[in-house]
Amino acid sequence: MSTTTLTETRGAGQSGDKIFSGATLAAGCLILAVLFSVAMFLLVQALPVAGADPAEITGGEGFSTYIFPIVIGTVVAAAIALLIATPLGIGVALFISHYAPRRLAQSFGYVIDLLAAIPSVVYGAWGYAVLAPELAKGYAWLAENLGWIPIFEGPASQTGRTMLTAGIVLAVMVLPIITSLSREIFLQTPNLHEEAALAMGATRWEMIRMAVLPFARPGIISAAMLGLGRALGETMAVALVLSGGALTASLIASGNQTIAAEIALNFPEAFGLRLSELIAAGLVLFVITLAVNMVARWIITRHKEFSGAN
Amino acid sequence: MSKRIDVKDLNVYYSKFLAVEGVNIEIKPRSVTAFIGPSGCGKSTFLRTLNRMHEVIPGARVEGEVLLDGDNLYDQNVDPVNVRSQIGMVFQRPNPFPTMSIRDNVLAGVKLNNKRISRSDADNLVEKSLRGANLWNEVKDRLDRPGSGLSGGQQQRLCIARAIAVSPEVILMDEPCSALDPISTLAIEDLINELKNDYTVVIVTHNMQQAARVSDKTAFFNIAGTGKPGKLIEYGETATIFSKPTVKATEDYVSGRFG
Repeated sequence: MSTTTLTETRGAGQSGDKIFSGATLAAGCLILAVLFSVAMFLLVQALPVAGADPAEITGGEGFSTYIFPIVIGTVVAAAIALLIATPLGIGVALFISHYAPRRLAQSFGYVIDLLAAIPSVVYGAWGYAVLAPELAKGYAWLAENLGWIPIFEGPASQTGRTMLTAGIVLAVMVLPIITSLSREIFLQTPNLHEEAALAMGATRWEMIRMAVLPFARPGIISAAMLGLGRALGETMAVALVLSGGALTASLIASGNQTIAAEIALNFPEAFGLRLSELIAAGLVLFVITLAVNMVARWIITRHKEFSGAN
Repeated sequence: MSKRIDVKDLNVYYSKFLAVEGVNIEIKPRSVTAFIGPSGCGKSTFLRTLNRMHEVIPGARVEGEVLLDGDNLYDQNVDPVNVRSQIGMVFQRPNPFPTMSIRDNVLAGVKLNNKRISRSDADNLVEKSLRGANLWNEVKDRLDRPGSGLSGGQQQRLCIARAIAVSPEVILMDEPCSALDPISTLAIEDLINELKNDYTVVIVTHNMQQAARVSDKTAFFNIAGTGKPGKLIEYGETATIFSKPTVKATEDYVSGRFG
């Protein structure tokens, strides 16, 4: 008798389990299929560039000469954005999680989340119409007084539609991502460790440095990487704000371009080899983003032992 | 090192709720004092007022005085940060910093307030503190490994090492053995006996045998009912509290008739 009860199936419960595991498997496969088809599209469409005569490529000196300046532009714009938004986002998140009175913290959190709901074209328009003219005044001063530093070399843009402005607009756009993710992680810091620090006579800031920030470190890196992903790929805002052009070291003069904006601005009129060029540029952006994410993962796993997860 | 504590008419509140009422107690230096009593009677709450950890909880406050060698901890111009650096605390659950190595955990309190300490002084202090916590022999070969890799009992002794590394006047322990197995508990109890030579130790425990084993004096806290404030019922020599207490409630509790 006992053997039959062991081998008996429970019908409904078991088939439910099968359906669920099938559904999750399908969802996982779907993601892979989409990723694969996008990658294939990029590869196939970009292929003509590989065999093309260098003279036929935009600029006339081959694809690498064409892509190099806009790769640098993309990385610089994203780096400026991250350099501004990461410390600011961590600061705002800490204020919300550990300093602000509870009621204020909550409404403040909502406002930050609202920032994420604004469409990027609006950010672009704001940067173009409001931020750039204001910054132009500052750029003139920078060029005059700090012009000996290559990144502030004159002549400063009269309109203010420069790389630095684009970077600042991007910073505002990635700020809510970094802030909300960091805030969530800061709030999850074990009470146990916060109290351990406080009981040793740590001030609030020392407690944050001792217990909160080390605990949140992998989370902060992930948040910054998500922000970086958005900054690298952001198209509309950069296309509107930046008055693009050739690669220059100066961040306050006109010039420079990013991959995403280059594609957006030229795609409507592109055909034939030019189209392949732009898609190849997209492929390069894809690879950059992938590389950045892998580096971030590596940084996080390198410190796994000390993460507190064990 | 080692100061006396005098508590005068202390009321402890969580917002409007009176959690502990009218505590008067004198704790001698270089002694072990145990707080016993049923769950929810306010002994842990009271313990946390002795180093101003109570007020970390929003809305928590106290009335009355806690004197450390005559100086009121709750005086208006006293910084709680200073209080806590002189009165160390060990918690119920071991809480070494998971992101720090064993060595850095021991030095965590010392490095506060941006104090500089030379490499050799730090090495000596780490060894002295870990020896003081009876942990040195077990971890001396892996000081750079994360503290979270140790067993529960070792982690708790690491926390004690962290507390004594800053040479506090008093060490408060909030049920330090309740998450540990009997062998680790014994190790901690032996340690408490040694700590008494240098420090004033106050320990909250649910385990009456433990209180009887480690403490010189025992305070019994009780609560009249849910929602009522906890009170200090009886305080005296541990031997007296456990053999012939003067209050009926104490006798009932220590003889296991309730709670």
